[in-house]
Amino acid sequence: MAKRELISGNEACALGALASGLRFFGGYPISPSSEISEILSSRLPRAGGVFVQMEDEMASLGSVIGASLGGLRAMTATSGPGFTLMQEHLGYASLAEIPCLVVDVMRVGPSTGVPTAPSQGDVMQARWGSHGDRGTVALSPASVEEVYNLTVHAFNIADRLRTPVVLMFDEVIGHMREGVELTPPAPEDLWARPRPAGAPGPDFRAYAPNEQGVAQLPAFGDGYRFHVTGLFHDERGYPSTNPDLVRQTIERLERKLDPIPAWLPPEKYRMSDADFVYVAYGAVSRVAREAVDRLREQGVAAGLYRPRVLWPVDEAALRKDLAKARTVVVAEMNRGQWVQVVAQALPPATHVVSYGKTGGEPVTTDELYGIAADLNLRSVKSS
Amino acid sequence: MTTAKELLRHEMMPHILCPGCGHGIVMNAMLRVLAKRHDNLDQVALVAGIGCSSRIVGYVDANTLHTTHGRALTFATGLKLARPELEVIVVTGDGDGLGIGGNHLIHAARRNVDLTCLLFNNETYGMTGGQLAPTTVKQAFTTTSPRGNTEPNFDAAALAKAAGASFVARGQAYRPDVLEEVMERALDHRGFSFVEVMTDCTEYFGRKNALGQGSDLLFTQSRSDQDVSRDLADWPTLRTPQGWQVRETQPLGVLHENERPTFEESLGLPGYSKREV
Repeated sequence: MAKRELISGNEACALGALASGLRFFGGYPISPSSEISEILSSRLPRAGGVFVQMEDEMASLGSVIGASLGGLRAMTATSGPGFTLMQEHLGYASLAEIPCLVVDVMRVGPSTGVPTAPSQGDVMQARWGSHGDRGTVALSPASVEEVYNLTVHAFNIADRLRTPVVLMFDEVIGHMREGVELTPPAPEDLWARPRPAGAPGPDFRAYAPNEQGVAQLPAFGDGYRFHVTGLFHDERGYPSTNPDLVRQTIERLERKLDPIPAWLPPEKYRMSDADFVYVAYGAVSRVAREAVDRLREQGVAAGLYRPRVLWPVDEAALRKDLAKARTVVVAEMNRGQWVQVVAQALPPATHVVSYGKTGGEPVTTDELYGIAADLNLRSVKSS
Repeated sequence: MTTAKELLRHEMMPHILCPGCGHGIVMNAMLRVLAKRHDNLDQVALVAGIGCSSRIVGYVDANTLHTTHGRALTFATGLKLARPELEVIVVTGDGDGLGIGGNHLIHAARRNVDLTCLLFNNETYGMTGGQLAPTTVKQAFTTTSPRGNTEPNFDAAALAKAAGASFVARGQAYRPDVLEEVMERALDHRGFSFVEVMTDCTEYFGRKNALGQGSDLLFTQSRSDQDVSRDLADWPTLRTPQGWQVRETQPLGVLHENERPTFEESLGLPGYSKREV
């Protein structure tokens, strides 16, 4: 029986990482994520891992990628300004297929913004922040317990698909305390990296993809000698500018992420007959749930659709899940980012409304409840 | 005994370096040193940034990691802490290691991570077409200093020493024999070893400053055997045909060495003692 404890989202993230077998953390202090670093600086070395505070965020993720290539589960944690600086190495980890976890505890931007106030402004940065075309993975927990569980999932996805994974939550989730009973993952719940195909030698192909389209790199020092680069590369890892190879690699790296939405399906709350649906994630989804209950008391067939995976998006599944909805309100702590996904996926007949709140104050239940009767909303479709 | 040639990835040839470039000589020196120390490079990792010098790691049959511009030392730090038993060599250039990556250089030196950093100094950004670098001396012409450089240049070795590197040396492509000795000592040293290697970019820096063609620029590094044997001899000042000084006199050889705990020792990493010295 797990013990009941009162902890914050940031603490849950650190504990989830330790339970996942984290062995390397390289980070740089930034509010509102610093507790993750602080906790791991104490607990990770006791678990046999390495904690190092690097000189900046580029260095943090660089060290994480280096450690991951050494075979360790590795992560960093940051917030908006640091997340921006990490975009370079997120792109590198995508193309070089190095598993790693980046936690982004979101605060108000742009720039230094409001360092301690909540936001969900990094959603599109997680998708398009690094240059070039690349598939991205971003998970969004909405409770302290879910931060713990999704941290475990994030490592699993990173390892199985050999990709960087972003776990992103707003400052409310990061600093909110909840009583939780955490269930550590069983050993069989921790997914391994694909094993290298073939023996070391001149014919070894570190970047030969498996059936899931994932490269099968060994770790450095394991007796295989191979090349890793941020240049486009062939199956040996050697640089190539062959247009067909480049095109196929871009497509493969995006396609290999396709299974993720099915692994972590969205939460559908009172959705079976709902024609008025809130789409919300993170802290906003918590008040949206209360708004649904209040609307149901008034006889409105309201529901909540809460994605746990923000990227990649399974558009067909989203369209199917929201097929009965006549009005969809996408509520976010930004000027309307994930609403663009919803608007694009749904047919023109569905009324998609963006409720985007900035300023650093959380969305309230009253606000979302009020929307149901408010006719003066900005319609994404009509513009 | 292993030969340098056996440590090459022949399937990666031809290489990208220009005729007259000193980088290949430096790579050869490194390969000969590695061949003396290892039967194969299973336990050696070469980590590089971006630029002409950084491309050479791909030609070596080791665990090779070609990273992002300026940040090789950060990848190497993570890798070394994850696999402390590995011999990790970082290959970087003057633009890579002192420009975009200057912050990482001083912090790697400060931590005294047990890495060997070879900084190829050709006084310009070669791969991008011969632009002004933090090592370009005053008045030198580059593709972005058409009226002559107005900025002072870094002394890379002095910078590394000031930042805490426990081994600092400077070698030159012109004397690979001396360079090999310096590299061996750098690899033997436990802690952050920094070796600045003076090489040349004849194709851009040489052409822009009318310093001849082919190996002419490399030969300007020439010094007498007597000077070399004194280890700390100066190397020649270089002037353009117009008489402008485009290279300062710099001391060569091992410039600084001290013993202090490595980062790995301070962290008490298991496995670190397995690294052969």
